[in-house]
Amino acid sequence: MDMPQPNASVLASKSLLVKRLQQVLPTDAVIHEEAETRAYECDALTAYRCPPLAAVLPANTEEVAAVMKICHDMGVPVVPRGAGTSLAGGSLPTADSVILGVSRMNEVLETDYENRFIRVQTGRTNLSVTGAVEENDFFYAPDPSSQLACAIAGNVGMNSGGAHCLKYGVTTNNLMGVTMVLMDGTVVELGGAHVDAGGLDLLGVVCGSEGQLGVVTEATLRILHKPEGARPVLMGFDSNEVAGQCVSDIIKAGVLPVAIEFMDRPVIRATEAFAGAGYPDCESLLIVEVEGSEEEIAEQLDKILAIARSHNPVELRESTNADESARIWLGRKSAFGAMGQINDYMCLDGTIPVNQLPYVLRRIGEMSQQYGLGVGNVFHAGDGNMHPLILFDANKPGDLELCERFGADILKLCVEVGGCLTGEHGVGIEKRDLMVDQFDPDDLDIQMAVKDVFDPDWLLNPAKVFPLAASEARRMAAE
Amino acid sequence: MMTPQTEADLAEIIAGAAGPLQVQGGGTRPIGVPVEGELLQTGGMSGIDLYEPGALTLVVKAGTPLAEVEAALDAEGQRLPFEPMDHRVLLGTSGEPTVGGMAAANVSGPRRIQAGACRDFMLGVRFVDGMGRVLKNGGRVMKNVTGYDLVKLMAGSYGTLGVLSEVSFKVLPKPETAATIRVAGLSDERAVAAMAAALGSPFDVSGAAHLPQGPEGAALTMIRVEGFEKSVAYRAEQLKSRLSAFGEVAVDTGAEKIAADWKRLRDVEAFAGQPGDVWRISVKPSDAPTLGAALKAEGLIYDWGGGLVWALVGAGRDIRPALAGIGGHATLVRASEETRKTIPVFQPEPGPVAALSQGVRAKFDPRGILNPGLMG
Repeated sequence: MDMPQPNASVLASKSLLVKRLQQVLPTDAVIHEEAETRAYECDALTAYRCPPLAAVLPANTEEVAAVMKICHDMGVPVVPRGAGTSLAGGSLPTADSVILGVSRMNEVLETDYENRFIRVQTGRTNLSVTGAVEENDFFYAPDPSSQLACAIAGNVGMNSGGAHCLKYGVTTNNLMGVTMVLMDGTVVELGGAHVDAGGLDLLGVVCGSEGQLGVVTEATLRILHKPEGARPVLMGFDSNEVAGQCVSDIIKAGVLPVAIEFMDRPVIRATEAFAGAGYPDCESLLIVEVEGSEEEIAEQLDKILAIARSHNPVELRESTNADESARIWLGRKSAFGAMGQINDYMCLDGTIPVNQLPYVLRRIGEMSQQYGLGVGNVFHAGDGNMHPLILFDANKPGDLELCERFGADILKLCVEVGGCLTGEHGVGIEKRDLMVDQFDPDDLDIQMAVKDVFDPDWLLNPAKVFPLAASEARRMAAE
Repeated sequence: MMTPQTEADLAEIIAGAAGPLQVQGGGTRPIGVPVEGELLQTGGMSGIDLYEPGALTLVVKAGTPLAEVEAALDAEGQRLPFEPMDHRVLLGTSGEPTVGGMAAANVSGPRRIQAGACRDFMLGVRFVDGMGRVLKNGGRVMKNVTGYDLVKLMAGSYGTLGVLSEVSFKVLPKPETAATIRVAGLSDERAVAAMAAALGSPFDVSGAAHLPQGPEGAALTMIRVEGFEKSVAYRAEQLKSRLSAFGEVAVDTGAEKIAADWKRLRDVEAFAGQPGDVWRISVKPSDAPTLGAALKAEGLIYDWGGGLVWALVGAGRDIRPALAGIGGHATLVRASEETRKTIPVFQPEPGPVAALSQGVRAKFDPRGILNPGLMG
């Protein structure tokens, strides 16, 4: 994966830059010793590493604005970083960049149950947003699987999803407003405690812009009252086609489960060995969860079970208590860990139209044979967001590259059947060069034109999202 | 008047345009600053390209009549969940609303409070920008973070960034049944508090509105729940008991009456034919009663639990001073051309935000020919 050559004059200005940053931030908030900047050399896409020139940890919007002004003034690229859990390399630094970490900005600024929102600093973790309101039985709906660690800043940057977005939507559907610092240090407010934009929906384009338009320092998030209860049901099938059809039939029947999770045989076997959840040994397995009162749950499950039975499941497991529910979820929740026990793996994130599920799974199986690399599938089936896990050996020369080529082929397949490269992880550097498979040059140009407006000098996270060749002229013009 | 039949026609027309264009779908929502320019109507680009009920997705050409889309969805027991308002009655227009017009104006209805707005259900767009380039963004899948989300930007841009040629939507199943929980005689403040109690409950309220002057004269607060039969009955009962602290509560279960009541609210029929201007104001719900009092309006309707205030006020009066210190935004939805040329139709933005909006417009439409000036 190529990254642009660091700007030599920026590298040469390090000591002046550090001095200026120290004038606006507490000493311990400016990290510049080589041994310490290494802590910021990568995010959760650990295959790529590069220590930044420096890292800063501002505590509020004003400090962020001061940092941005200095970097803008000196022509230093800024790479915003939430909790560093990006699987796409969204916060991978370059040697000439300053990492702007929001980890010290984790305060709850306002909680308003009457109007059902919470306003937080964006360094706060996803789960601790819910943590701040759960004593009143409220929650923040988007629940990426990294929610214990990931920050709201990153959630906004990547427009994160989660297992429950079939019902509750993704970040953009739950984000009401932001305070954002532009590259030149200007602070803007978009949205707020009211809904919808009064003019152009700039908030809508900021969400998911991967830290390329501004640094989001505060966010107003919609909170909801928790449902009275939730219950999963597990179903096993002897073919992916049948499981896929079952998903489609459930959706068509008018039931809207909060989650429909899918696992295939390799993942089922791995999780059984790892967690022993007692899953059946079958081709594919669905976990469908519904919410509501006892009666409402029963009403929905009746319909879902009837549909499942019509597809001759090899197993149909209902839960009668919290323990049984937890056991149904146990394997799914430990799936990634279980796969990690077997091997190194690369987690993909393409989305496909739900009815293409059987075809795409079959093609992935065929490609797995061709590449000689194993693959397991565990994903959010209700919305077609797939997470194929390609197994490889990081210590074997050439295996990572082979795995990347296999991954690229899977993502191209997703695009081919009418889907997209990434459903919730973001493009980052990982899928940057595949953008040309989904978009024509003009489609990319108009997106980059938006960045031109927010960040005319292309200093904010410049080497991400767009193929380097496509963004080169813009990045060079600014240098 | 120009009526492209295909996306390629549309691109050719815009690329070759010598002057400003007035972009129109069905012409039923003449919202915005009046535009001078040659009329460009999108109705020729019509038809459903793809509808997959099992995947909850619909791809449709922008000029397609909304009625055609709704009929196709209805046949499969599905719907556009955001309950788009029909502006014809309020604005006294005729013709057929189109999908593109609805998307370009980000039109939602009472269910926005629960399901989300039109923009939340738009999965992808194809459009032609001001230079005549055919562009696409998003797609037809439910989760997509591939590149910037220009779909949101196109929603509610009133044809000033590009002319939509195709839109894809996420659709949802129609519920089996619905119920309206009614509370009579509440003050605006108590009504907003009652609606907050309902919306802050686990009972999945899909509509919460307050009419200070209900159909029978007295104030009426309405809460809606939708879903499977037993579930609706259960939630209606729960809400009834919670709301009894506020006043006398009744529950409607007649499907026709419920549909008619919410349609009347959705379309702001109460202000149809009434003299005066109509404003649509988005605020923090608990600010709504204060705003309502400050507006000194001829008529008020609170939707979205108070988050949406419809106000009927004397012609030519700028109500924005009443919004000062409250936050939110106001749109002048109905007024004479004269008024819409003098009072900003859309909420003026603070300098840096206005500069960003202006910058985006200049990128999408460098010649300034697409509905120029419509959004101010």
